[in-house]
Amino acid sequence: MLLSDARVQQKYEVKQIQGEELVRIMEMGLTPGSVCEVIRRAPMGYPIEIKIRGYLLSLRKKESDAVEVSPI
Amino acid sequence: MNNQTLNIQKDLLRQPSTIALVGNPNTGKSTIFNALTGLRQKIANYPGITVERKMGTTIINGVLHKVIDLPGAYSLNHKKADERITYETLIGSFDHEEKPDMLLMVVDASNLERNLFLASQVMDLQIPMLMVLTMSDIADERGIQIQSQQLSDTWGVPVISINARTKQCDTQIKQALIEQGVATPKPFQWKPSTPLRQAVERLDKEWLSKHTQLPERARPIEALRLLAEGSLEDSFYQYSEEGKAKKLIEELQNFLEDQGENPTAAEVVQRYRFIGDSSESSVTKEVREQQTWTDRLDNVLTHRVAGPVTFILVLLIMFQSIFSWATPFMDMIDMLFIELGAFVGNQLPAGLLNSLLVDGVIAGLGGVVIFLPQIIFLFLFIYFLEGTGYMARAAFVMDGFMTKVGLHGRSVVPLMSGFACAIPGIMATRTIENWRDRLITIMVLPFMACSARLPVYAVMIAAFVPDNRVIGFLTLQGVVFFGLYLFGILMAVGSAAVMKRIFPTGKPTPFLMELPPYKWPNVSSVVIQSLERGKIFVTEAGKIIVAISIVLWFLASFPTYDPTGSDLAAVDANEQMSEQMLSTLQLNQSYAGTFGQWIEPAIEPLGFDWKIGIGLLTSFAAREVMVGTLNTIYSIEETEEQLGLIERLRSEKDPETGLPKYTLATALSLMIFFAIAMQCMSTLAIVKRETNSWKWPLVMFGYMTVLAYFSAWITYEWANAFLLG
Repeated sequence: MLLSDARVQQKYEVKQIQGEELVRIMEMGLTPGSVCEVIRRAPMGYPIEIKIRGYLLSLRKKESDAVEVSPI
Repeated sequence: MNNQTLNIQKDLLRQPSTIALVGNPNTGKSTIFNALTGLRQKIANYPGITVERKMGTTIINGVLHKVIDLPGAYSLNHKKADERITYETLIGSFDHEEKPDMLLMVVDASNLERNLFLASQVMDLQIPMLMVLTMSDIADERGIQIQSQQLSDTWGVPVISINARTKQCDTQIKQALIEQGVATPKPFQWKPSTPLRQAVERLDKEWLSKHTQLPERARPIEALRLLAEGSLEDSFYQYSEEGKAKKLIEELQNFLEDQGENPTAAEVVQRYRFIGDSSESSVTKEVREQQTWTDRLDNVLTHRVAGPVTFILVLLIMFQSIFSWATPFMDMIDMLFIELGAFVGNQLPAGLLNSLLVDGVIAGLGGVVIFLPQIIFLFLFIYFLEGTGYMARAAFVMDGFMTKVGLHGRSVVPLMSGFACAIPGIMATRTIENWRDRLITIMVLPFMACSARLPVYAVMIAAFVPDNRVIGFLTLQGVVFFGLYLFGILMAVGSAAVMKRIFPTGKPTPFLMELPPYKWPNVSSVVIQSLERGKIFVTEAGKIIVAISIVLWFLASFPTYDPTGSDLAAVDANEQMSEQMLSTLQLNQSYAGTFGQWIEPAIEPLGFDWKIGIGLLTSFAAREVMVGTLNTIYSIEETEEQLGLIERLRSEKDPETGLPKYTLATALSLMIFFAIAMQCMSTLAIVKRETNSWKWPLVMFGYMTVLAYFSAWITYEWANAFLLG
């Protein structure tokens, strides 16, 4: 499933990153195998806030669509 | 784990050297820079681009060193202009920056892994460095303990841990530089896989070393980037034999895939893998289930409902305070320059030089300094809120709303600042990372009804809008006033939506915004940065503003009116000519007056006559000057000021028809014109500074003037047809 469809307060394992910006997304720590937790969504649904490698990161729909995850 | 002996150098600091600060954004890098340099800073745009160069000096053991605060970066793979500057400076190939002799590698202890990612890339470049760990108190709160010694053993550089919020953080760093020195790290400590290493070596040997001027130590990083990108398209350099390179890169990518590696991901994945493995020995994590301060605050501040509500409250408090704090200072500055003008005017013999100094130079300088209180107060708030970590939350909460209209979550604060004055607002757009979003925010910001429009609105509304009650306590005057503010907001939003479609997208920057932990900012760093913003405005925009003031003075003062020589004088000779009358005659037959008469045919459809035409020219100095100019045109004594002008405007008759010359339609048309037109040279001067080119201020002036003209025209026609029947 995609990170954009992920549920709040659920932990996920990052499976794969796609798209043009995959290097940038991985450089922020979202490498395959890393674990992220969805913290919350902003008032209009996006950006989505996640915890990755101990810090908080927010992504818009486009960026979270590029991240494939599976629930743990 | 590889325990290595450090290659320590301590004598580097004996001679003057260049020290660069490198690190991720939000690491306390700027706080360290401010502590080291204080107000001995020089901030200016790098030539041709909108990234700022921050340079300062510091004294260590009696020797004066240069300190450069390099733009915060997440990676050296230079996707963005500011990261590219960091990279090029580090490899010593950036023409506009000195090659650093040593680095302070700033690393956030509470966010070690992602910070070490950049650090590991920088280390590959083999520059002597000291690793500075910040935010250890936040790490403590989260149960993270970092063994500096272990970290130093792993990476082969000395490590110190400091608290950037205390006043002595500069002393801690200086002491560490003297006692522990710096060390040159070895490349490839992150242990790339054999295939990746082979690919890098082949690309270096067979192509980079032959066809590029890159220094040897930078080639592996460039090779890694090219292997991941798979093309030279993104390249900032012109290489010879690019065709050969493309073939080689493709071949090496296939080789990596055959070896079971993903060429695009290999470098990033392997660096993070090493960082993860190595931090097991240097980091101890206690699992704490209790919520941190950040979690608790975020539950409220980024809440779906409470978040936007708090943000609006913060803005209200912020602008109310700026307004009430800045006003007395602005009044004082105003008084001071009037007094100074009067003093100089009395000291010098009357004449051209006197007039140039008083009405041109001193008035122009006053027009610059008057903006300082608002700029400094706004930036005190912005840097304070940025330092606490709240600004990123505000952007997070507002982003969904703002992207709908083509703006960015970070556009809200600059746009709202525009209600006080567009200038600090435009300076504040620097927090918007994406250039296109930033440019659109700058281009629509002047639509927000700034305080300089107030006097014009006030005179026009008082003179021509009837004071009828509409509903309850609301009067028509109040509604028109509110309508003008709302109109400004709608114009900004509408124009942003249009520009979003017109402006080329270029390469989209991904939105990956960090929400740093909440913390108490270093107050002296906040103050230093705010004062620096004031300094930038005075030194960079100030020059342009004073120059235009002198031009405007010239237009209003020449050709000089000679009471004895002209025919007019003969007519007026019997009358005792007051000073007011004299200045009226002077203005009317000056170049400005000629200009007013010359453009009259063009502005007639808007309901304006040549007198307003003069005002349109002179109010370019600042919108509120319009009122002063009309006072001069109508020879209104200073004592009666506003009331006098209102009466005068109402009773002005058309010489042909005998009907009132100015009507409600004229007033509405003029107010709409003022709401839209770019009648402010100071704004144009700061747009030039912030976009580092004359192109954007000219585009702004052009489109706003055209838009203002047609809107005023439509308003005038509409008002004549429907309101006046």
